[in-house]
Amino acid sequence: MAEPKPREVLLGPIFDDNQMIGRVVLGVCSALAVTSKMDTAFTMAISVTAVLGCSNAAISLIRNYIPSSIRIIVQMTIISTLVILVDQILKAFAFDVSKQMSVFVGLIITNCIVMGRAEAFAMSHRPGISALDGIGCALGYSLILMIVAFFRELFGSGTVWGFEVFSLVKNGGWYVPNGLLLLPPSAFFLIGFLIWALRTWKPEQVEHEG
Amino acid sequence: MEEYLSIFLKSIFVENMALAFFLGMCTFLAVSKTVKTALGLGIAVIVIQTITIPVNNLLYQYLLKKGALVWLNPSWGEVDLEFLTLITFIGTIAAMVQILEMTLDRFFPPLYNALGIFLPLITVNCAILGGSLFMQERDYDFAQSCVFGLGSGFGWALAVAALAGIREKMKYSDVPDGLKGLGITFMTAGLMALAFMAFGGM
Repeated sequence: MAEPKPREVLLGPIFDDNQMIGRVVLGVCSALAVTSKMDTAFTMAISVTAVLGCSNAAISLIRNYIPSSIRIIVQMTIISTLVILVDQILKAFAFDVSKQMSVFVGLIITNCIVMGRAEAFAMSHRPGISALDGIGCALGYSLILMIVAFFRELFGSGTVWGFEVFSLVKNGGWYVPNGLLLLPPSAFFLIGFLIWALRTWKPEQVEHEG
Repeated sequence: MEEYLSIFLKSIFVENMALAFFLGMCTFLAVSKTVKTALGLGIAVIVIQTITIPVNNLLYQYLLKKGALVWLNPSWGEVDLEFLTLITFIGTIAAMVQILEMTLDRFFPPLYNALGIFLPLITVNCAILGGSLFMQERDYDFAQSCVFGLGSGFGWALAVAALAGIREKMKYSDVPDGLKGLGITFMTAGLMALAFMAFGGM
Protein backbone atom coordinates (compact mmCIF):
# COMPACT_ATOMS: atom_id res chain seq x y z
CA MET A 1 0.00 0.00 0.00
CA ALA A 2 1.36 3.42 -0.92
CA GLU A 3 2.25 5.54 2.07
CA PRO A 4 0.13 8.70 2.19
CA LYS A 5 1.99 12.00 2.37
CA PRO A 6 2.36 13.44 5.90
CA ARG A 7 1.06 16.87 4.94
CA GLU A 8 -2.11 15.48 3.36
CA VAL A 9 -2.67 13.22 6.32
CA LEU A 10 -2.32 16.07 8.78
CA LEU A 11 -4.24 18.79 6.97
CA GLY A 12 -6.65 16.79 4.82
CA PRO A 13 -9.11 15.93 7.58
CA ILE A 14 -9.65 19.58 8.49
CA PHE A 15 -11.71 20.66 5.50
CA ASP A 16 -11.64 18.04 2.76
CA ASP A 17 -12.45 14.99 4.82
CA ASN A 18 -13.68 16.28 8.15
CA GLN A 19 -14.63 13.30 10.27
CA MET A 20 -17.42 15.07 12.04
CA ILE A 21 -19.41 16.88 9.41
CA GLY A 22 -17.90 15.63 6.13
CA ARG A 23 -18.88 12.43 4.42
CA VAL A 24 -19.08 10.43 7.61
CA VAL A 25 -20.45 11.79 10.80
CA LEU A 26 -18.60 10.80 13.94
CA GLY A 27 -18.15 12.13 17.44
CA VAL A 28 -21.19 14.36 17.65
CA CYS A 29 -22.41 13.59 21.16
CA SER A 30 -19.71 15.49 22.99
CA ALA A 31 -19.99 18.37 20.56
CA LEU A 32 -23.54 19.00 21.72
CA ALA A 33 -22.82 18.73 25.40
CA VAL A 34 -19.68 20.78 25.93
CA THR A 35 -20.10 23.61 23.45
CA SER A 36 -22.24 26.01 25.46
CA LYS A 37 -19.05 27.76 26.64
CA MET A 38 -15.74 28.26 24.87
CA ASP A 39 -13.43 27.21 27.69
CA THR A 40 -15.05 23.80 28.15
CA ALA A 41 -15.02 23.31 24.38
CA PHE A 42 -11.32 24.20 24.29
CA THR A 43 -10.48 21.76 27.10
CA MET A 44 -12.45 19.07 25.29
CA ALA A 45 -10.60 19.82 22.05
CA ILE A 46 -7.18 19.54 23.73
CA SER A 47 -8.14 16.31 25.51
CA VAL A 48 -9.42 14.72 22.34
CA THR A 49 -6.31 15.76 20.40
CA ALA A 50 -4.05 14.21 23.04
CA VAL A 51 -6.04 11.00 23.26
CA LEU A 52 -6.44 10.59 19.50
CA GLY A 53 -2.77 11.22 18.70
CA CYS A 54 -1.50 8.84 21.38
CA SER A 55 -4.07 6.11 20.80
CA ASN A 56 -3.45 6.03 17.05
CA ALA A 57 0.31 5.77 17.61
CA ALA A 58 -0.05 3.08 20.29
CA ILE A 59 -2.51 0.95 18.35
CA SER A 60 -0.42 1.25 15.22
CA LEU A 61 2.67 0.05 17.14
CA ILE A 62 1.03 -3.22 18.13
CA ARG A 63 -1.21 -3.63 15.07
CA ASN A 64 0.54 -6.77 13.88
CA TYR A 65 0.08 -8.55 17.19
CA ILE A 66 -3.66 -7.97 17.65
CA PRO A 67 -5.81 -10.98 16.67
CA SER A 68 -8.66 -9.55 14.65
CA SER A 69 -11.40 -11.29 16.64
CA ILE A 70 -10.56 -9.42 19.85
CA ARG A 71 -9.30 -6.20 18.28
CA ILE A 72 -12.14 -4.07 19.65
CA ILE A 73 -11.37 -4.97 23.25
CA VAL A 74 -7.66 -4.30 22.75
CA GLN A 75 -8.36 -0.91 21.18
CA MET A 76 -10.83 0.02 23.88
CA THR A 77 -8.37 -0.88 26.62
CA ILE A 78 -5.69 1.37 25.15
CA ILE A 79 -8.13 4.23 24.59
CA SER A 80 -9.72 4.03 28.02
CA THR A 81 -6.31 3.95 29.72
CA LEU A 82 -5.42 7.17 27.91
CA VAL A 83 -8.77 8.72 28.84
CA ILE A 84 -8.35 7.83 32.52
CA LEU A 85 -4.94 9.56 32.34
CA VAL A 86 -6.50 12.69 30.82
CA ASP A 87 -9.30 12.59 33.39
CA GLN A 88 -6.89 12.36 36.33
CA ILE A 89 -4.68 15.15 34.91
CA LEU A 90 -7.70 17.42 34.45
CA LYS A 91 -8.89 16.70 37.98
CA ALA A 92 -5.44 17.59 39.31
CA PHE A 93 -4.73 20.77 37.35
CA ALA A 94 -8.06 22.15 36.09
CA PHE A 95 -10.57 20.98 38.66
CA ASP A 96 -13.27 23.59 37.89
CA VAL A 97 -13.41 22.80 34.20
CA SER A 98 -13.30 19.06 34.82
CA LYS A 99 -16.24 19.45 37.21
CA GLN A 100 -18.27 21.31 34.56
CA MET A 101 -17.57 18.66 31.94
CA SER A 102 -18.63 15.87 34.36
CA VAL A 103 -19.20 12.57 32.56
CA PHE A 104 -18.20 13.90 29.18
CA VAL A 105 -14.46 13.46 29.80
CA GLY A 106 -15.21 9.79 30.39
CA LEU A 107 -17.29 9.72 27.25
CA ILE A 108 -14.21 10.58 25.14
CA ILE A 109 -13.74 6.79 25.22
CA THR A 110 -16.92 6.47 23.25
CA ASN A 111 -16.12 9.33 20.91
CA CYS A 112 -16.47 7.46 17.67
CA ILE A 113 -13.69 9.45 16.01
CA VAL A 114 -11.10 7.82 18.27
CA MET A 115 -12.36 4.31 17.61
CA GLY A 116 -13.11 5.02 13.95
CA ARG A 117 -9.57 6.20 13.23
CA ALA A 118 -8.05 3.28 15.12
CA GLU A 119 -10.09 0.89 13.00
CA ALA A 120 -9.77 2.71 9.68
CA PHE A 121 -6.23 4.07 9.76
CA ALA A 122 -4.01 2.93 12.64
CA MET A 123 -4.63 -0.78 12.03
CA SER A 124 -3.08 -0.54 8.56
CA HIS A 125 -0.41 2.19 8.75
CA ARG A 126 2.94 2.88 10.45
CA PRO A 127 3.03 4.59 13.89
CA GLY A 128 4.40 7.99 12.82
CA ILE A 129 1.87 8.59 10.09
CA SER A 130 -0.93 7.24 12.31
CA ALA A 131 -0.12 9.77 15.02
CA LEU A 132 -0.24 12.56 12.43
CA ASP A 133 -3.56 11.26 11.13
CA GLY A 134 -4.93 11.24 14.67
CA ILE A 135 -3.83 14.80 15.30
CA GLY A 136 -5.19 15.94 11.94
CA CYS A 137 -8.61 14.43 12.57
CA ALA A 138 -8.64 15.87 16.08
CA LEU A 139 -7.84 19.32 14.65
CA GLY A 140 -10.77 19.09 12.28
CA TYR A 141 -12.98 18.07 15.19
CA SER A 142 -11.63 20.87 17.41
CA LEU A 143 -12.29 23.46 14.72
CA ILE A 144 -15.98 22.53 14.53
CA LEU A 145 -16.21 22.42 18.31
CA MET A 146 -14.73 25.91 18.64
CA ILE A 147 -16.95 27.41 15.92
CA VAL A 148 -20.11 25.98 17.46
CA ALA A 149 -19.02 27.05 20.96
CA PHE A 150 -18.18 30.57 19.71
CA PHE A 151 -21.67 31.14 18.30
CA ARG A 152 -23.46 29.51 21.21
CA GLU A 153 -21.58 31.53 23.81
CA LEU A 154 -21.73 34.80 21.85
CA PHE A 155 -25.47 34.72 21.19
CA GLY A 156 -26.51 32.59 24.15
CA SER A 157 -24.87 34.63 26.89
CA GLY A 158 -23.28 37.57 25.07
CA THR A 159 -19.73 36.60 26.02
CA VAL A 160 -16.59 35.15 24.40
CA TRP A 161 -14.20 33.23 26.69
CA GLY A 162 -16.21 34.67 29.61
CA PHE A 163 -15.57 38.30 28.55
CA GLU A 164 -18.65 40.34 27.82
CA VAL A 165 -18.77 41.31 24.14
CA PHE A 166 -22.41 42.33 23.82
CA SER A 167 -23.38 44.45 26.81
CA LEU A 168 -26.25 42.61 28.47
CA VAL A 169 -29.59 44.13 29.40
CA LYS A 170 -29.17 43.08 33.00
CA ASN A 171 -25.95 45.13 33.18
CA GLY A 172 -27.55 48.20 31.60
CA GLY A 173 -26.65 47.30 27.99
CA TRP A 174 -28.78 46.43 24.96
CA TYR A 175 -28.42 42.70 24.32
CA VAL A 176 -31.09 40.23 25.49
CA PRO A 177 -29.42 36.81 25.62
CA ASN A 178 -31.05 34.19 23.44
CA GLY A 179 -31.69 31.29 25.82
CA LEU A 180 -32.43 28.85 23.01
CA LEU A 181 -28.76 28.79 22.09
CA LEU A 182 -27.83 27.49 25.52
CA LEU A 183 -30.14 24.51 25.05
CA PRO A 184 -28.56 21.47 23.42
CA PRO A 185 -30.90 21.36 20.36
CA SER A 186 -29.37 24.62 19.12
CA ALA A 187 -26.10 22.79 18.52
CA PHE A 188 -27.95 20.57 16.04
CA PHE A 189 -29.08 23.60 14.07
CA LEU A 190 -25.62 25.20 14.14
CA ILE A 191 -23.94 22.00 12.94
CA GLY A 192 -26.61 21.70 10.25
CA PHE A 193 -25.83 25.20 9.03
CA LEU A 194 -22.08 24.49 9.17
CA ILE A 195 -22.57 21.45 6.95
CA TRP A 196 -24.57 23.58 4.54
CA ALA A 197 -21.83 26.20 4.43
CA LEU A 198 -19.05 23.63 3.98
CA ARG A 199 -20.88 21.86 1.18
CA THR A 200 -21.65 25.07 -0.63
CA TRP A 201 -17.94 25.86 -0.51
CA LYS A 202 -16.85 22.34 -1.49
CA PRO A 203 -19.69 20.98 -3.65
CA GLU A 204 -18.01 17.59 -4.20
CA GLN A 205 -19.10 16.59 -0.68
CA VAL A 206 -22.81 16.92 -1.47
CA GLU A 207 -24.65 13.63 -1.04
CA HIS A 208 -26.72 12.41 -3.92
CA GLU A 209 -29.46 10.24 -2.56
CA GLY A 210 -31.55 7.74 -4.44
CA MET B 1 -43.79 -2.19 41.24
CA GLU B 2 -44.86 1.39 40.70
CA GLU B 3 -41.30 2.55 41.22
CA TYR B 4 -40.02 0.26 38.47
CA LEU B 5 -42.75 1.37 36.10
CA SER B 6 -41.80 4.98 36.73
CA ILE B 7 -38.11 4.32 36.03
CA PHE B 8 -39.07 2.46 32.87
CA LEU B 9 -41.32 5.21 31.47
CA LYS B 10 -38.97 7.97 32.56
CA SER B 11 -36.01 6.40 30.79
CA ILE B 12 -38.03 6.00 27.59
CA PHE B 13 -39.66 9.41 27.30
CA VAL B 14 -38.48 12.05 29.78
CA GLU B 15 -34.83 11.07 29.85
CA ASN B 16 -34.57 9.69 26.35
CA MET B 17 -30.92 8.78 25.76
CA ALA B 18 -30.82 10.11 22.23
CA LEU B 19 -33.03 13.17 22.38
CA ALA B 20 -32.65 14.44 25.95
CA PHE B 21 -29.00 13.60 26.71
CA PHE B 22 -27.76 13.48 23.11
CA LEU B 23 -25.96 10.21 23.58
CA GLY B 24 -25.26 7.80 20.76
CA MET B 25 -25.58 10.51 18.14
CA CYS B 26 -23.09 9.11 15.64
CA THR B 27 -24.96 5.91 15.00
CA PHE B 28 -28.24 7.73 15.52
CA LEU B 29 -27.57 9.98 12.54
CA ALA B 30 -25.73 7.51 10.36
CA VAL B 31 -27.94 4.42 10.52
CA SER B 32 -31.30 6.15 10.30
CA LYS B 33 -31.60 6.07 6.52
CA THR B 34 -34.21 3.32 6.36
CA VAL B 35 -36.62 2.09 9.02
CA LYS B 36 -35.48 -1.50 8.53
CA THR B 37 -31.81 -1.04 9.42
CA ALA B 38 -32.75 1.45 12.12
CA LEU B 39 -34.97 -1.16 13.76
CA GLY B 40 -32.20 -3.76 13.52
CA LEU B 41 -29.75 -1.44 15.22
CA GLY B 42 -32.37 -0.42 17.76
CA ILE B 43 -32.91 -4.04 18.75
CA ALA B 44 -29.15 -4.58 19.01
CA VAL B 45 -28.92 -1.56 21.32
CA ILE B 46 -31.81 -2.79 23.49
CA VAL B 47 -30.16 -6.20 23.86
CA ILE B 48 -26.71 -4.80 24.67
CA GLN B 49 -28.11 -2.17 27.02
CA THR B 50 -30.27 -4.70 28.93
CA ILE B 51 -27.28 -7.01 29.43
CA THR B 52 -24.49 -4.53 30.16
CA ILE B 53 -26.15 -2.21 32.65
CA PRO B 54 -27.06 -4.95 35.18
CA VAL B 55 -23.67 -6.65 34.70
CA ASN B 56 -21.87 -3.36 35.26
CA ASN B 57 -24.12 -2.74 38.24
CA LEU B 58 -22.96 -6.00 39.86
CA LEU B 59 -19.31 -5.25 39.09
CA TYR B 60 -19.64 -1.78 40.56
CA GLN B 61 -21.47 -2.90 43.71
CA TYR B 62 -19.20 -5.81 44.56
CA LEU B 63 -15.78 -4.78 43.22
CA LEU B 64 -15.30 -1.10 42.52
CA LYS B 65 -17.30 0.97 44.99
CA LYS B 66 -15.51 2.29 48.05
CA GLY B 67 -15.63 -0.44 50.69
CA ALA B 68 -17.18 -2.90 48.22
CA LEU B 69 -14.50 -5.51 48.80
CA VAL B 70 -15.55 -6.13 52.40
CA TRP B 71 -17.21 -9.40 51.39
CA LEU B 72 -13.78 -10.76 50.44
CA ASN B 73 -11.87 -9.58 53.47
CA PRO B 74 -13.33 -7.46 56.31
CA SER B 75 -10.14 -5.39 56.56
CA TRP B 76 -10.49 -4.04 52.99
CA GLY B 77 -13.17 -1.52 53.91
CA GLU B 78 -10.98 1.40 52.83
CA VAL B 79 -10.08 0.04 49.40
CA ASP B 80 -11.45 2.36 46.72
CA LEU B 81 -11.18 1.20 43.12
CA GLU B 82 -13.53 3.80 41.65
CA PHE B 83 -10.87 5.11 39.29
CA LEU B 84 -11.10 1.79 37.45
CA THR B 85 -14.81 2.31 36.74
CA LEU B 86 -14.39 3.58 33.17
CA ILE B 87 -12.09 0.82 32.00
CA THR B 88 -14.20 -1.90 33.64
CA PHE B 89 -17.45 -0.66 32.15
CA ILE B 90 -16.02 -0.31 28.69
CA GLY B 91 -14.40 -3.74 28.97
CA THR B 92 -17.75 -5.34 29.73
CA ILE B 93 -19.40 -3.47 26.89
CA ALA B 94 -16.71 -4.39 24.38
CA ALA B 95 -16.91 -8.05 25.35
CA MET B 96 -20.70 -8.08 25.00
CA VAL B 97 -20.59 -6.40 21.60
CA GLN B 98 -17.99 -8.85 20.35
CA ILE B 99 -20.18 -11.76 21.47
CA LEU B 100 -23.21 -10.23 19.77
CA GLU B 101 -21.16 -9.67 16.59
CA MET B 102 -20.11 -13.32 16.46
CA THR B 103 -23.66 -14.50 17.15
CA LEU B 104 -25.14 -12.31 14.41
CA ASP B 105 -22.44 -13.33 11.94
CA ARG B 106 -23.20 -16.99 12.62
CA PHE B 107 -27.02 -16.93 12.81
CA PHE B 108 -28.31 -13.76 11.11
CA PRO B 109 -25.91 -12.90 8.24
CA PRO B 110 -28.30 -10.41 6.51
CA LEU B 111 -28.57 -8.29 9.65
CA TYR B 112 -24.81 -8.62 10.17
CA ASN B 113 -24.14 -7.29 6.66
CA ALA B 114 -26.71 -4.53 6.98
CA LEU B 115 -25.16 -3.20 10.18
CA GLY B 116 -21.63 -3.31 8.74
CA ILE B 117 -19.13 -1.05 10.48
CA PHE B 118 -21.79 0.19 12.88
CA LEU B 119 -21.82 -3.05 14.83
CA PRO B 120 -18.29 -2.59 16.20
CA LEU B 121 -19.21 1.07 16.65
CA ILE B 122 -21.99 0.09 19.10
CA THR B 123 -19.09 -0.32 21.52
CA VAL B 124 -18.43 3.36 21.15
CA ASN B 125 -22.12 4.21 21.20
CA CYS B 126 -22.13 6.71 24.02
CA ALA B 127 -25.66 5.69 24.95
CA ILE B 128 -24.35 2.36 26.21
CA LEU B 129 -21.47 3.72 28.30
CA GLY B 130 -23.60 6.73 29.27
CA GLY B 131 -26.30 4.37 30.53
CA SER B 132 -23.81 2.58 32.76
CA LEU B 133 -22.42 5.88 34.06
CA PHE B 134 -25.92 7.17 34.86
CA MET B 135 -26.63 3.89 36.66
CA GLN B 136 -23.53 4.53 38.80
CA GLU B 137 -24.37 8.20 39.38
CA ARG B 138 -27.95 7.47 40.47
CA ASP B 139 -27.06 4.51 42.69
CA TYR B 140 -29.57 2.07 41.17
CA ASP B 141 -29.75 -1.37 42.75
CA PHE B 142 -29.73 -4.54 40.67
CA ALA B 143 -33.47 -4.72 39.88
CA GLN B 144 -33.67 -1.01 39.13
CA SER B 145 -30.70 -1.20 36.77
CA CYS B 146 -32.33 -4.08 34.85
CA VAL B 147 -35.43 -1.94 34.32
CA PHE B 148 -33.37 1.12 33.50
CA GLY B 149 -31.31 -0.82 30.95
CA LEU B 150 -34.38 -2.11 29.16
CA GLY B 151 -36.09 1.29 29.24
CA SER B 152 -33.17 3.37 28.04
CA GLY B 153 -32.41 0.94 25.22
CA PHE B 154 -36.05 1.00 24.24
CA GLY B 155 -36.12 4.80 24.26
CA TRP B 156 -33.06 4.98 22.02
CA ALA B 157 -34.55 2.45 19.59
CA LEU B 158 -37.79 4.42 19.49
CA ALA B 159 -35.95 7.66 18.69
CA VAL B 160 -33.84 6.11 15.93
CA ALA B 161 -36.87 4.41 14.35
CA ALA B 162 -38.84 7.68 14.44
CA LEU B 163 -36.01 9.62 12.81
CA ALA B 164 -35.66 6.93 10.14
CA GLY B 165 -39.38 7.21 9.41
CA ILE B 166 -39.09 10.96 8.94
CA ARG B 167 -36.02 10.56 6.73
CA GLU B 168 -37.76 8.02 4.49
CA LYS B 169 -40.49 10.57 3.81
CA MET B 170 -37.96 13.34 3.35
CA LYS B 171 -36.50 11.60 0.29
CA TYR B 172 -39.40 13.05 -1.70
CA SER B 173 -38.95 16.64 -0.58
CA ASP B 174 -36.92 19.28 -2.36
CA VAL B 175 -33.99 20.10 -0.07
CA PRO B 176 -31.26 22.60 -1.08
CA ASP B 177 -28.20 20.78 -2.46
CA GLY B 178 -25.81 21.61 0.36
CA LEU B 179 -28.28 20.52 3.01
CA LYS B 180 -29.05 17.14 1.42
CA GLY B 181 -28.44 14.10 3.61
CA LEU B 182 -26.64 15.08 6.77
CA GLY B 183 -27.47 18.74 7.05
CA ILE B 184 -31.20 18.32 7.00
CA THR B 185 -30.93 15.29 9.29
CA PHE B 186 -29.23 17.40 11.92
CA MET B 187 -32.00 19.98 11.72
CA THR B 188 -34.70 17.30 11.94
CA ALA B 189 -33.00 15.80 14.98
CA GLY B 190 -32.87 19.26 16.53
CA LEU B 191 -36.60 19.73 16.01
CA MET B 192 -37.31 16.26 17.41
CA ALA B 193 -35.21 17.10 20.48
CA LEU B 194 -37.21 20.29 21.00
CA ALA B 195 -40.40 18.27 20.75
CA PHE B 196 -39.17 15.69 23.26
CA MET B 197 -38.36 18.46 25.72
CA ALA B 198 -42.11 18.76 26.13
CA PHE B 199 -42.08 15.40 28.00
CA GLY B 200 -39.92 17.11 30.61
CA GLY B 201 -42.95 18.34 32.54
CA MET B 202 -44.45 14.87 32.98
